[in-house]
Amino acid sequence: MNSNPSIIGTSPKRVDAREKVTGSARYGQDLRMDGMLFARVKHAEYPHARIRSIKTARAKRLKGVAAVVTAADIPGNPAFGAIIIDNQPIAGDKVRYLGDAVAVVAAETEAIAERAVDLIEVKYEELPGVFDPREALKPDAPRIHEKGNLIVHHKTRKGDVGVGFGEADRIIERSYSTQRVEHAYIETEVVVAYLDPDGTLVIKGSHQNLFNIRSAVAGVLGLPLSKVRIIQASLGGSFGGKDDCMAVLGCRAGLLSLKTARPIMLSNSREDSLVESYKRHPYFLDYKVGVKDDGTITAMEINIVADGGAYASMTQFVTWRSVVHATGPYRVPHVKTDIYGAYTNNTYTGAFRGFGSPQITFAYESLMDEIAGELGMDPLQFRLKNVLRDNDVTATGQKLDHTVSVGEALEVTTRAAGWDEKRKKFPEENAGRIMKRGIGLACSYRGVALGAEGVDATGAIVRIHSDGSVDLTTGLSEMGQGLKTIFSQIVAAELGLPIEKIQYRETDTSTITDGGPTVASRSTIIGGSAVRKAAIAAREKLGAAAAEKLGAPPAKIIASDEKIMVKGDPVRAVSFREAATMALDAGMNLSSFAWHVSPPIWWNEEEGRGDAYFTYVYGCQIAEVEVDPETGRVNVLEVWAAHDVGKAINPETVRGQICGGVATAIGYGLLEEVEMVDGVTKTMNLDEYLIPTAMDVGKIHAIILENEDKYGPYGAKCVAEPTAELCAAAIANAVCHATGKRIRDLPLNLERIVLGHKLVKKKRRVR
Amino acid sequence: MEIILTVNKQSRKVEVRPAETLLDLLRRLGYKSVKYGCGEGACGACTVIMDGRPVNSCLILAVTVDGREVTTVEDLGTIQKPHLLQSAFVESGAVQCGFCTPGMIMAAKALLDRNPSPSEDEIKEALDGNLCRCTGYVQIIEAVRLAARRMKAEKKKN
Ligand code: FES
Ligand code: FES
Repeated sequence: MNSNPSIIGTSPKRVDAREKVTGSARYGQDLRMDGMLFARVKHAEYPHARIRSIKTARAKRLKGVAAVVTAADIPGNPAFGAIIIDNQPIAGDKVRYLGDAVAVVAAETEAIAERAVDLIEVKYEELPGVFDPREALKPDAPRIHEKGNLIVHHKTRKGDVGVGFGEADRIIERSYSTQRVEHAYIETEVVVAYLDPDGTLVIKGSHQNLFNIRSAVAGVLGLPLSKVRIIQASLGGSFGGKDDCMAVLGCRAGLLSLKTARPIMLSNSREDSLVESYKRHPYFLDYKVGVKDDGTITAMEINIVADGGAYASMTQFVTWRSVVHATGPYRVPHVKTDIYGAYTNNTYTGAFRGFGSPQITFAYESLMDEIAGELGMDPLQFRLKNVLRDNDVTATGQKLDHTVSVGEALEVTTRAAGWDEKRKKFPEENAGRIMKRGIGLACSYRGVALGAEGVDATGAIVRIHSDGSVDLTTGLSEMGQGLKTIFSQIVAAELGLPIEKIQYRETDTSTITDGGPTVASRSTIIGGSAVRKAAIAAREKLGAAAAEKLGAPPAKIIASDEKIMVKGDPVRAVSFREAATMALDAGMNLSSFAWHVSPPIWWNEEEGRGDAYFTYVYGCQIAEVEVDPETGRVNVLEVWAAHDVGKAINPETVRGQICGGVATAIGYGLLEEVEMVDGVTKTMNLDEYLIPTAMDVGKIHAIILENEDKYGPYGAKCVAEPTAELCAAAIANAVCHATGKRIRDLPLNLERIVLGHKLVKKKRRVR
Repeated sequence: MEIILTVNKQSRKVEVRPAETLLDLLRRLGYKSVKYGCGEGACGACTVIMDGRPVNSCLILAVTVDGREVTTVEDLGTIQKPHLLQSAFVESGAVQCGFCTPGMIMAAKALLDRNPSPSEDEIKEALDGNLCRCTGYVQIIEAVRLAARRMKAEKKKN
């Protein structure tokens, strides 16, 4: 029995848009409950210190205060962590960054809670801090965690770099650095914790990865997983950012709810969010490349140090993705890459759209332009000579058995942008003009989904009701990316229904089994496959129920136009609703649960090689900029962004992802930096932490490439993250084309371009 | 202190605290479309229209709005009967997480009320105070243009 997937590849209206444009969608901060208390956090006063004593008596005595809790009140594990268990929702013996909590207060109003926080007295023994990951790895550095400051060391090994450098005509060495950046979702983090009458602790809020948060809360509060229920409110953006920090909020609010038996709201102000929530890792990257005079790359040796901050969070996986992709999408016969993640007393770092790729892409794509420059080659031609092609072998020794489209992406994008002409013409024209124009490109490849990080599987439930309406449930979450719409489209396609007939149920850990996090751009390829399987299973039951009446074998029956019909004979049909009733009357189960596991992959950590991901996506972005040499201002005039998504199930959503990713990368390239001095955050709100506005984003041309993948539903792969990893490098290359200045540190802010160094902001009051 | 203000054409007499912002007041009164994103006038999530002008309600003290007229997105349209701007946002793919959307729509409404056929640059300028981290603004700008076209056509019809 087949379907009529005509809705695949079209862009029906988002299923969650109407409630959002009318203001009726309910986000975490909109939640209110009877008897609800408000929580505030007493934060650490030193970035690294031993806690000597905490006095809470005066705070507790304040009228309107319901509870004050410290680490001593935690009934379960003192810490949680997806990989290393080191993140303490309330610090016990030691604080490791200024976002650590030492106590949490619940009171009748936020103002009272705030006042109570000021009455808590904490005595510390200040410890020397370490704020640079390279310093942190030195043997005599202050120890931040018992086991030392090294979080992880990953490597990649291929061939013999000694041999490779021997074959080279020249060797080029360059160093780059990238900065700490903030997700800057417009909604700050918030939870409401309450106890259901049956004793289940419910944490509702701005969650990205519900099952991670459940494990953390259950572990810290000493509850079985079945007694913790995580529900997602409408989520005001996340980009990888509402995971560990939401677990922290969940533990703090959950503990207070257990203590007081009342609902607790804990919401971060923007200032709290900037200090407390994790950021994107700053990287220090050293590259050494061997290249022949004809432009052939012979070897690459790469050394990277990543700042993990106070807690490991996703550092091991972020840096693993970096170590796999560090050479870029190029044929390199000899590779030696090492990456180290280190603890510091800075705000911790974790997942952020791109996940270890924006940093390395900035470095290797700047470097490719630098090498092309040394060789006197056009950057496009140099890349085309070296990029991976079908059946090539990657830096980790993986043979690529799908369509390798980085060459196609380069060709399509450069054609659309008028590359050849502009590369020639701009330098000539710049001589006679004040504002200098430049054009630059960057390309990449990216492993789809979790890869060899771990098990990659998820489930979906499709339930057909007696009236023919349909419920869809998964464990993955809508964050704005359009998951509800894409998944509903898949069900609609397989059941032959209009999309309005599909109701996507809110994500709630009590309704479905743990299907992993909504990360790594895995939702469409892994989640979409599960949804499709569940829909097909449900459809087959309808087909079996209707087969007799229609007088055709089930294999000949299709679902289309809200009917179950004989293929090629639409007169022989029953309505979808009738078929549902028939199936239910026959005692059939019209609820189907399906589970999808990713194809096998492997990684050998000792040898630093493996088939890291089951498939890859490819993309290219070009930035055209205008630089004011007087002020250093860089205007991004136009961006062309081509991404191979396998198959665009919903092209408008894909375009939305591309434009959003480009804008984020423009911010990364030009504007954004969470400034920290000795562990103290200096950019405390969005007036100091600048993200792009409508005026900063030029024209964006989204170009969708489709080389269907055998592993994806309808051939679809992914789009979310690759869109955010390219533009910073493309802008750096364009600025260099415009001005002749090569900037190797992000952000490429105006001080760097004009003065060649960064301005230091005036000192702000230490919190 | 007691003030009288008009919210979405309804006159309301309310007790306000000295430090309360218009943002807090509106949310307390149940206008939850008005969002907190920064509290410092930097994000625009709290944008409402006051006496015809878009304002950041987080920067305005509630005690100062006595006698003023405030409009929030709740007043524009409903799920069943959306305003042209609202349906243009839906159709143009201008909504992702939706957190910036109410403020964005109010900023766009204020623009179209005073300038029914804005250029692309005028739209960008009018939305400059409203941050969106999801969309890259492209589809939002398209939505405002689409709404402008439709609103003009509608006006002609009447
Ligand atoms: S909350 Fe008012 S501008 Fe951000
Ligand atoms: S749609 Fe998410 S912030 Fe604008």
